[in-house]
Amino acid sequence: MKQAMTPEEIKAQKPYLDWSLSEREYNYIAEELLGRLPNYTETGLYSAMWSEHCSYKKSKPVLRLFPNKNARVLQGPGEGAGVVDIDDGQAVVFKAESHNHPSTVEPYQGAATGVGGILRDIFSMGARPIASLDSLHFGELDNPTMKMKVQDTVKGIGDYGNCMGIPTIAGETTFDPCYSGNLLVNAMSVGLMDQKHLQKGTANGIGNAVMYVGAKTGRDGIHGATFASADFSDENATQRSAVQVGDPFMEKLLMEACLELIEQHADWLVGIQDMGAAGIVSSSAEMASEGQAGMELNLDLVPQREPNMSAYEIMLSESQERMLLCVVKGHEADVQAIFKNYDLEAVVIGRITAGHDYVLHHDGQEVCHIPVSTLTDDVLEEASEEREPARLKAAKQAPAWVPGIKDAGATLRQLLAQSTIADKSVFFEQYDSMVRTSTVVGPGSDAGVLRVRGTRKGLAMTTDGNGRFVYLDPEIGGKMALTEAAANLIATGAEPLAITDCLNYGDPTDPEIFWELHHSVMGMAEACRVFDTPVISGNVSLYNENNGQAIHPTPMVGMVGLIKNLDRVIPMAAQHAGDAVYLLGQTGDDFAGSELQKLLTGDIAGALADFDLQATRDNFHRLLAEMQAGHIASAHDLAEGGLGVGLAEILFKTELGVNLTLTLTKDQFFAETAGRMIVTVPVEHTAAFEAALGTAVTKVGEVTNSHWLQVRLADGQVNENVQALQTIWEEAIPCQLKSKD
Amino acid sequence: MRLAVIVFPGSNCDLDLYEALHTVCGADVEYVSHKATSLAGFDGVMIPGGFSYGDYLRAGAIARFAPVMKEVIRLAKAGAPVFGTCNGFQILTEAGLLPGALKKNDSQRFVCKTVALEVVNNQTRFTHQYTAHERINLPIAHADGSFYADQATLDQLEANGQVVFRYAEENPNGSLNNIAGITNAAGNVLGMMPHPERAVEAILGNTDGLRLFKSLLTPAAAD
Repeated sequence: MKQAMTPEEIKAQKPYLDWSLSEREYNYIAEELLGRLPNYTETGLYSAMWSEHCSYKKSKPVLRLFPNKNARVLQGPGEGAGVVDIDDGQAVVFKAESHNHPSTVEPYQGAATGVGGILRDIFSMGARPIASLDSLHFGELDNPTMKMKVQDTVKGIGDYGNCMGIPTIAGETTFDPCYSGNLLVNAMSVGLMDQKHLQKGTANGIGNAVMYVGAKTGRDGIHGATFASADFSDENATQRSAVQVGDPFMEKLLMEACLELIEQHADWLVGIQDMGAAGIVSSSAEMASEGQAGMELNLDLVPQREPNMSAYEIMLSESQERMLLCVVKGHEADVQAIFKNYDLEAVVIGRITAGHDYVLHHDGQEVCHIPVSTLTDDVLEEASEEREPARLKAAKQAPAWVPGIKDAGATLRQLLAQSTIADKSVFFEQYDSMVRTSTVVGPGSDAGVLRVRGTRKGLAMTTDGNGRFVYLDPEIGGKMALTEAAANLIATGAEPLAITDCLNYGDPTDPEIFWELHHSVMGMAEACRVFDTPVISGNVSLYNENNGQAIHPTPMVGMVGLIKNLDRVIPMAAQHAGDAVYLLGQTGDDFAGSELQKLLTGDIAGALADFDLQATRDNFHRLLAEMQAGHIASAHDLAEGGLGVGLAEILFKTELGVNLTLTLTKDQFFAETAGRMIVTVPVEHTAAFEAALGTAVTKVGEVTNSHWLQVRLADGQVNENVQALQTIWEEAIPCQLKSKD
Repeated sequence: MRLAVIVFPGSNCDLDLYEALHTVCGADVEYVSHKATSLAGFDGVMIPGGFSYGDYLRAGAIARFAPVMKEVIRLAKAGAPVFGTCNGFQILTEAGLLPGALKKNDSQRFVCKTVALEVVNNQTRFTHQYTAHERINLPIAHADGSFYADQATLDQLEANGQVVFRYAEENPNGSLNNIAGITNAAGNVLGMMPHPERAVEAILGNTDGLRLFKSLLTPAAAD
């Protein structure tokens, strides 16, 4: 087949600019890397591989700030997913990925294929996926379009994960006008494996086979990677062709076949990688580059769903449910037999060659012949301009906002109906959270907890992203995101192991947005060091804008922790009347960015107060030791809505109440100071608990049998029936979804 | 008693059923492929939940044509215990081993939660360890769980004591007569939408499903 344009026409007409390759990059490829003009197919391959989504060319200098090693990390960033040692020869494997752009255009398929893609990353490492999590950020539920997008997103996540038989056990859903034109749909998957099955995305050994397995290649998703590297506007609202379509049944078969191959016949396999962003080109080029090998592929052998696809389309298609394998020569038929048993295709499409060239044939012609490293390693990093956003300077000088609450009970009732705080069961009940029968704590708690079958161990996991704080102060907000995730895990009795992330930001060519990225990563990296939770995987999603309006900078933290003894999983809800109630951590006048501020003013503004990470970490670890000693009845970390909302949450679905006396004001009752928890302790353990925690905790009262939330504050009181509060909390979102506007 | 857990392409509660029977109850149980043409040597059949063949066409509609189903039908006709949960229930109705059909939930949504059930008939080989009209809680997780049958069939089911489980509080899917599980007329085939295999271990917070498997594995004197 002829190329669509000659190299000279490409140079003259610059179609690559539409594929997000810059003129500087094109010239560098032609002059420095190749010493000739790249042809049409080659230009397409470079534009995909050099996109931010595949190359991280803009974010790399910032990502280097993250720690990514400690004694437990077996595999850090750079492979399908990160891998952490959990003792006994086992490992936990996890990664999160954003699917914001596809989900904004087509929420159902965007969300579904987001789940599918992250699952392939996990089983390509040799791990069986055991849990899914999500982090969803929508516009307000005040218009029919957003309601539809929310319901379609939830259905997409549910339909894919439910069919795969992987429980969705935790997550977060928030609502803010800044996400109206650009949803954030981040999916995280956690897998479990015996360390001996660990795989890599690599290809080498001259003559070894490159095998394509799974679904056929169609025209869907072409240029998905570059699509994700540009922002939305009304002009490009028709980019629907870049959205992929998912088939979870196909993926289920693909997963079982790949795991059978890995677990039973690892000696036939050199390497395996998901065909994710930028499809065949990224998986094959990355595998060859990793193995320092050459590779030659015949695209006529690629199973195709549609006729007359060009080399460029075949290479860049992001059709789902496909994997690339490098198989030891002579075992091709053995591998085919395994896949045939699952009614799946497995086709040899090329071979490993001597040297380091990446060569493609199509229709009897050589359509690409370039050094493989030019696709993967020679990408020009881009230094980005950055500047402190003007709003931050102004906020630091403005007087602090004072809520001035009159009736704290009324405020609590209003906060519980805020969509970000209200009960999300209408969403998470659409996810199978129990399949695989290992879910100890399911959705709706601080973190999800799974038992590791056949051991006494458990794994706790959570996702947290709070764009409101990062928007007001990227560095402190970044620290808070990490602290919140750690608090969620500690609250269940787990020791944090490591994190994955999705870094969701606006257009990085705007110096203020790059500054947000840089400074929030600085804050996150510092907190990662303090909590000893290295970043083992993740992704970057930039250009989250609509008509020039950026989202709040929203780094999502996905954290996994280890519970050494399942008998010591700590519930969130209060357990027995008579237990003492303690507040861990100090409460300040932290109202900037709070749900309270959003409720009372309709917006967020102000400066954040810094907090002591090291002291927070020490408090958490002393609490963890008390949990492991069996001294704690319940624990819940305080976040949106502060202590007031946190107290209501520990009483919901119980028959208990609390009777407390606090020195806090009505305003402070809803402050969102980081690093705090509400802990209940049986009376027989209070002495030991107080001795261990010292001044970090304040005894504030006790759990009662009355099902009333009774609190005396410095300047007022709260006296609310818990059942009435629970009804408000439960009905808020179903009510918003049903209302006609 | 040697039991077969049938694995169809897309089954995903096969592990759960196997573990409940093998690890928790100590039963003699084996996975059997949908391609198997013989169930010789097995005394009973367990059909797991999941999405056999992706639920494409209609839940359970393709699975009924799998080679192993001839053998499942043979065993059922011979009076061997056959149990299907969730997708397994759907397959049993599609295969004609149980009357009625499972329609899409009234809400048009998948729903996963724990629901209250009444053990309507505790005189079956699957339920004799429960007390009559006992209230239990079991998880559900399905999109197509609304039981439907014509009036004559419903009347017959009720009259024969074939309704074994009924939703006791909320009806989560719109099932007629709040039906959650039924047997065939002979009582040896049970299909139910709830997942007893998800409720057999205290660590997971619920053991109300355990006695169903214990009932099956320790036949009552009357059997």
